[in-house]
Amino acid sequence: MIHQGILRYAGLRYLWIGLVLIAACGGLYATQGGMYPARGDTWQGYVLGSVAALMVVWLSSIGIRKRRYGSGSGSVQGWTSAHIYLGVVVVAVATLHSAAQFHWNVHTLAYVLMCLVVLSGIVGVFSYLNVPGQLSANREGGSRSELFGELFDLDKRGREVAQRCDPRTGAAVISSIERTTIGGGVFAQLLRIDKSLYDPGVVEVQRAKPGLMRNADQSAVIEYVASRVPRADKRTEAANLQSLVLLLCRRQTVLRRIRRDIQLQGWLKVWLFVHVPLTFATIVAILVHILVSFLYW
Amino acid sequence: MTEQTPSERFRLAIVGAGPAGLSAAARAAELDRKAGRSVPTHILLEGSPAHAKTIQRYQKGKHVMAEPGFLNLRSDLRFEAGSREAILDAWLQDYKRIGINMHLGAVVEAITGVRGDFVIKLKGGAIVRAENVVLAIGLEGNPRKVGAPGDDSQAVQYQLDDPKAYLNETIIVVGAGDAAIENALALSEQNDVFIVNRGKEFSRAKDGNLTAVLAAISDQNGRLDVFYETKIKRITERAGQTPLLAVVLETPAGEKTVECQRLIARLGAEPPRRFVESIGIRFPNTRSDAIPELSRRYESNVQGIFIIGSLAGYPLIKQAMNQGYDVAEFIYGNTTLKPADYQLVEWQFCGIPFFKDPDEALERFKSKVPMFRELNALAFRELIIESEISVAYRDGPEYLDESRKIAALIAKQATQGRQPRATRIMREGDVIYEPGEFGTSFFTIVNGSVTLQSIENPSLSAQLAAGEFFGEMSLLSGRPRTERAIAGPACVLVETPRRTMVKLMNSNEEVRKGIDWIFIVRELQRHFAPSATFRDLRTMAAGLSVKRYKAGEVVFSEGETGDRLYIIRSGGLTLSRKLDGHDVMVAQIAAGSLAGEMALMGDPERRETATATLAAELIELRRDDFLTLARRPDAPIDPLQRAASRRVTDNARMQVRPESGSLMGFLMREGLGEATDVLVIDESLCVGCDNCEKACAETHDGVSRLDRKSGASFANVHIPIACRHCEQPHCMKDCPPNAIRRSPTGEVYINETCIGCGNCQANCPYDVIRMVYDAPKKPGLLAWLLTGAGPGLGEQADYQPSEAAKNKGKKAVKCDACISVKNGPACVKACPTGAAMRIGPERYVDLVEERRG
Repeated sequence: MIHQGILRYAGLRYLWIGLVLIAACGGLYATQGGMYPARGDTWQGYVLGSVAALMVVWLSSIGIRKRRYGSGSGSVQGWTSAHIYLGVVVVAVATLHSAAQFHWNVHTLAYVLMCLVVLSGIVGVFSYLNVPGQLSANREGGSRSELFGELFDLDKRGREVAQRCDPRTGAAVISSIERTTIGGGVFAQLLRIDKSLYDPGVVEVQRAKPGLMRNADQSAVIEYVASRVPRADKRTEAANLQSLVLLLCRRQTVLRRIRRDIQLQGWLKVWLFVHVPLTFATIVAILVHILVSFLYW
Repeated sequence: MTEQTPSERFRLAIVGAGPAGLSAAARAAELDRKAGRSVPTHILLEGSPAHAKTIQRYQKGKHVMAEPGFLNLRSDLRFEAGSREAILDAWLQDYKRIGINMHLGAVVEAITGVRGDFVIKLKGGAIVRAENVVLAIGLEGNPRKVGAPGDDSQAVQYQLDDPKAYLNETIIVVGAGDAAIENALALSEQNDVFIVNRGKEFSRAKDGNLTAVLAAISDQNGRLDVFYETKIKRITERAGQTPLLAVVLETPAGEKTVECQRLIARLGAEPPRRFVESIGIRFPNTRSDAIPELSRRYESNVQGIFIIGSLAGYPLIKQAMNQGYDVAEFIYGNTTLKPADYQLVEWQFCGIPFFKDPDEALERFKSKVPMFRELNALAFRELIIESEISVAYRDGPEYLDESRKIAALIAKQATQGRQPRATRIMREGDVIYEPGEFGTSFFTIVNGSVTLQSIENPSLSAQLAAGEFFGEMSLLSGRPRTERAIAGPACVLVETPRRTMVKLMNSNEEVRKGIDWIFIVRELQRHFAPSATFRDLRTMAAGLSVKRYKAGEVVFSEGETGDRLYIIRSGGLTLSRKLDGHDVMVAQIAAGSLAGEMALMGDPERRETATATLAAELIELRRDDFLTLARRPDAPIDPLQRAASRRVTDNARMQVRPESGSLMGFLMREGLGEATDVLVIDESLCVGCDNCEKACAETHDGVSRLDRKSGASFANVHIPIACRHCEQPHCMKDCPPNAIRRSPTGEVYINETCIGCGNCQANCPYDVIRMVYDAPKKPGLLAWLLTGAGPGLGEQADYQPSEAAKNKGKKAVKCDACISVKNGPACVKACPTGAAMRIGPERYVDLVEERRG
């Protein structure tokens, strides 16, 4: 493959720029000397703080840049690569600016929020690096709509064969198809929670409570149909049950793939729901931090 | 018509009431009126029940364009761009007003006789006599009939305009092609449909249709069924009963009667050629797109029979109407009429030295070039009108004078709202094209000389003189130019666009042979004999021929003893080797390269099987000829051997890494063998943000030309539905206004003259062309970010076009590789993770070999 990931972009250009920046900021910090504890309100502290604040503004501007499609300022990939490396560096710069003096106040709040943004960003980078490969492996060259297409086809064929089986098995299988759930809320998507049910019929199952039973991963219904095969009366019945088991197992595989696809897509996106709002919160906190600093000068 | 006595003869009978025929009849009627004749001397015969059959059949409200814009209309009928209804209505009013002697429903079955006394036999036995006949029957032909008693019933139809118009009927669809399948599928949504198929299967159908129809037939709840190996025996109308028709079918299991409301036959059309030939008109060859030979006055080889409109090779309405006018004038004795495009030709020629008038210039050009002499006057005029004339002057006062003159002409044209049209003025020594540019044209030297400079070896340059031509390599293979062309002293060139040239080659065997021959000579020079002259290679080239292979056809097989090599003129070859019983692809060879040369250079055994990746044209060079070339002192033996040994290692490397071969195989199956610039997405990097699609829509008026999610994937490589800018674009093949162009840098794009006919969409095998209305304008990015105004970024699903957009009609859109966007392909630039990339064929090997760039 000739494609190049975001981290390796342009021979790690932005990693080097980031390291140089840290070194420069570290040097600046050191010029404050060890005479009295370093603080944010020395001139070095102000420079470091300004650099960090400008970096935050620049880092958040990626949201606009990536949507300015006619822009001539490099590629979005380059911006993303720089965003990642310099996003990590901003923690170092801000820490030097703060001189590690944390208290229960708005200044520390801004710092903590910024750290959370960077942390969520790191989660994002991690998922961007790992999830696409898993997604593609899970789909095996197909697309999600193809998976759903196959599922609908299997549903249809499953119903057809189920109608040819004895009424109770048929009803159980059809209920399992109708009561299959995919997706759901955020956690159901991210954790692949499967609340599928099926109705095995009243008499057959030796349980006190008749009605719907759990059918997570479709295993219960498969087991149910499989258990009917040895008890089949006729050859045609056995054949129908056999093909039903086959269809249900394929259906299970397809459903697993779909859920996995939903889960992985979810992980690709969910971090942004933390990253972006916290960015706004950080910017507000920084503004307050700056304002307050000048008020009490 | 019965009132006509056998002795009565019309001066002019026109067959076909399309734009060409109507316009011819209108002119004849006007001439009758002017001469004060009360009895018409013309007759217009139309087989269908209304005028302009093809346009009648367009969908309701379809916008019809008036291309080409540079041509003025010359007709007694009105015509300007507008809706189908407006145009049909204007013609109806006009032909009634003018008083055309039109007979609708008059199907012409035969034309016999000679000039002065043609006998036109109509269906039903009536006879029309005429001194001259104009054929304006178009190319569509008549639909094939069912061919069973009763097939003339009103309830038997040969087209389907709106499947939704029928509800809960029983309908028989006859036919097994795509049209029949598509109709049957659409009808079966709310009707009971039977397909009657004469064969055992649907072998002619497209894959998509085949799968869909088989699925619909096997669907037990569906409303579609099929009779295989079945013929219609009889159709009877059951007066007063519903359903109206009783259709008797001859099935393998015996006769069966189906009662139905209607029968739709989709058996294709009888091309008009056989009818035209039955009159005695000759076609230059058997190609399906051949055009009959015509004189400058549209007269065919049968004197007194004239051909105009799309049958004469002019598919556009305005051209056809102008020809109708002209041909009637000619027939009624106007010998001095200048064609409607006289002025255009004058402008084209006005910058050449010693220019007098267009007719003289045309004669002069024609006499100077052997290839032009092969053309008849009409074909040559057409070639010139579609071409550009360039003249080189020595840098100095003369050059400045001419440039000023042309600039003034263009400025004048601009004030009249015309596109510029004038001779192109160059300086001697100017570069005509650079290597690497995508050639879209073919050059003929009328005067002076041109120098072709080889890039590999700049010391070798060829001097071409008047009568010779160049640029044939790009014309035939679709590959970029390989040399630099420089205008020499006093050079006058005719630059002809590719599609005109292709049309010409298809209709003129001599031109085709001439270009084929020169191609072979130049390829021999390029590969084996860089300093050979034409004379040196003449005999050898004459003995070589171009062989055509269909996609998938085997050129040579592994294990054979080879005695020849191949030069690939167009298309490409796949080389594969057998490995444990499987075929492993080891190489792709593109147009312009050699294949199988190792058999003549050390190892006579074929180590690979070569198959045509797509339709390919190859030049075969046998051992004797090769040895003759290799013995020449200028033979580049060293480079040839080096290239051959590089291929040995490349092939071996691919063989030991079969996964690369299977990825390459995937790329070829996806049609990348003919691509020049393709969007490839690395799935292991793609996060599915669709920023590529959004970027495409935002930089292209709100309509995305790429569909990321669709398209095939293999081993993490995803080929989305997006244009690949093919070497020989399928979309360009059949564009009436010639709106699809290729830029010198290779991008294939559609310009604003698109008439929305949809031919390109149908011709593209990769489904990358969409027909869409203009999308509504959106508020800017900041307005959206801050206030949420508008539908957001990217193409808005199911956007509602404005009234103006609807009036303009649907237009074809496709990827133009961001030729109009300053900062390069927006899809690639907008990809945050580097997953999207556009590559050309030269990087496929890198792609499969995981070489990072």
